[in-house]
Amino acid sequence: MKILVGIKRVVDANIKVRIKADNSAVDVEKLKMVVNPFCEIAIEEALRLKESGVATEVVAVSIGSDSCHEQLRTALALGADRVIHVATDEVVQPLAVAKLFNAVVEKEKPGLVLFGKQSIDGDNNQSGQMLAALSGMAQGTFASEISIEGDEIMVTREVDSGLQKVALKLPAVVTADLRLNEPRYVSLPNLMKAKRKPIESISVAELGIDITPRLSTVTVLNPPERSAGEKVANVAELVEKLKSEGAL
Amino acid sequence: MSILVIAEHNNEELQAATANTLTAAKMLAEKTGSEISLLVSGGNCSAVAEAASAIPGIAQVLLADSPALEKQLPENFAPYLVELVKEKAFTYIIAPSTTHGKNILPRAAALLDVAQISDITEIVDADTFIRPIYAGNAMQTLKSSDAIKAMTVRTSAFDPADLTGGSCSVEKLGDAADAGLSRFISEEVVQSDRPELSNARIIVSGGRGMQSGDNFEMLEKVADKLGAAVGASRAAVDAGYVPNDMQVGQTGKIVAPDLYIAVGISGAIQHLAGMKDSKIIVAINKDEDAPIFNVADYGLVADLFDAVPELESQL
Repeated sequence: MKILVGIKRVVDANIKVRIKADNSAVDVEKLKMVVNPFCEIAIEEALRLKESGVATEVVAVSIGSDSCHEQLRTALALGADRVIHVATDEVVQPLAVAKLFNAVVEKEKPGLVLFGKQSIDGDNNQSGQMLAALSGMAQGTFASEISIEGDEIMVTREVDSGLQKVALKLPAVVTADLRLNEPRYVSLPNLMKAKRKPIESISVAELGIDITPRLSTVTVLNPPERSAGEKVANVAELVEKLKSEGAL
Repeated sequence: MSILVIAEHNNEELQAATANTLTAAKMLAEKTGSEISLLVSGGNCSAVAEAASAIPGIAQVLLADSPALEKQLPENFAPYLVELVKEKAFTYIIAPSTTHGKNILPRAAALLDVAQISDITEIVDADTFIRPIYAGNAMQTLKSSDAIKAMTVRTSAFDPADLTGGSCSVEKLGDAADAGLSRFISEEVVQSDRPELSNARIIVSGGRGMQSGDNFEMLEKVADKLGAAVGASRAAVDAGYVPNDMQVGQTGKIVAPDLYIAVGISGAIQHLAGMKDSKIIVAINKDEDAPIFNVADYGLVADLFDAVPELESQL
């Protein structure tokens, strides 16, 4: 079985981003960029399925400018067999991401598609579900455990009320939640080796997909600031303060 | 223009998220002069629709009661929803930003070939909405050019609407087809006598500083005295101390209680994203430089293993 994994280049989660002076966008210039943490979990799961003999090939795909080669090389260094770069310098919103991936799915015909549940920049949590819709596949979102059983995949989903287990017909789209696994680290020698491996590139035009954004950004502003309050000396003072505010 | 709200329920009763979502829908209805319809879709859920018909300010309840919809499988529900939206010419589809809303709505939006606007916190006008990005470190104002607007609502940003006092009709819709793509196997619903995180008035949360899952018992004791819910940071979930449904943060639940007590939580950006709209924040942490103190109304620099039992005894 071939597994297709979607990966996105995002600002490192530990960086507090700043907004551009003209309030048009978040300023990501010169910031440390990484593979979106949930996409890392998706890659890891694909690699584990390959290592356990369930999958035969892991193909990582990323959409964006040439700068996302860096993240694709990380995927190669982690153990992906091939990587595909869908090249565009335009803004690609989730619906367009899903359409582009759908075109790649038609070419590659994977047995399983793994995404992260959301990217930590846009926080949209849409692309996996949208790809599943467009490709007519079943979807297992917020996955914390998966296993392939015959022509189905069992997915344990972390939902608001607890855990839900569903069986999905393959091929399916699964989006990774935090606890699906703990991703491995990239080793430096592997990263060096990955630099010599090829990156397949395909343009949006070649895929014939209209990626015109449906949503336009009017402004990007700072959220209302919350300022630090006071320090209390002990528990008794804390309880007294909270009582006087009517919070207890 | 007309608005379709997707009700969140468990086939027995409406869940709290529906009430917050209705407030957002009503704000939109006022700005656009639209009517609101509420869709109750499930299996053996007519009692939910009956109860929903008492919600003031809505035009009608649509009841989709069908075995294929009982478990809310998106493969069955999304195409059904799409047909309904087309047939009744809805211009807005609104769902709460719960795991159910996040699961179902993008699938329906893609089938309709429209964008989805996730997690709105404010409605500017008929086409323009505000939502947090980068874990709430920036607020993005978006204008949609789609004829049908699909959006999920950040429930903590809207007060709950009244669910009783009105009266409207219930229209029973046709059966849904089983797409044959997915099967429900089982669910483990977390049973707790404590309130749900997403609508608790007080939340006591623990972080990596708790050191183990067993130590969360200290927080549970405090919570029980306060009638509070117990939450956790991603670090505590990551470390395996507690299950993920307790996670408060960018990738967990977004909460805004009257009182949030953060215990042994350092205050990573992604945790703050989930709780910084709480009315009063209390932080208990032995590291006086922990970033959580930058957002806390009351900070106590102390060893939590001393402070938490003391707090419990003083309540």
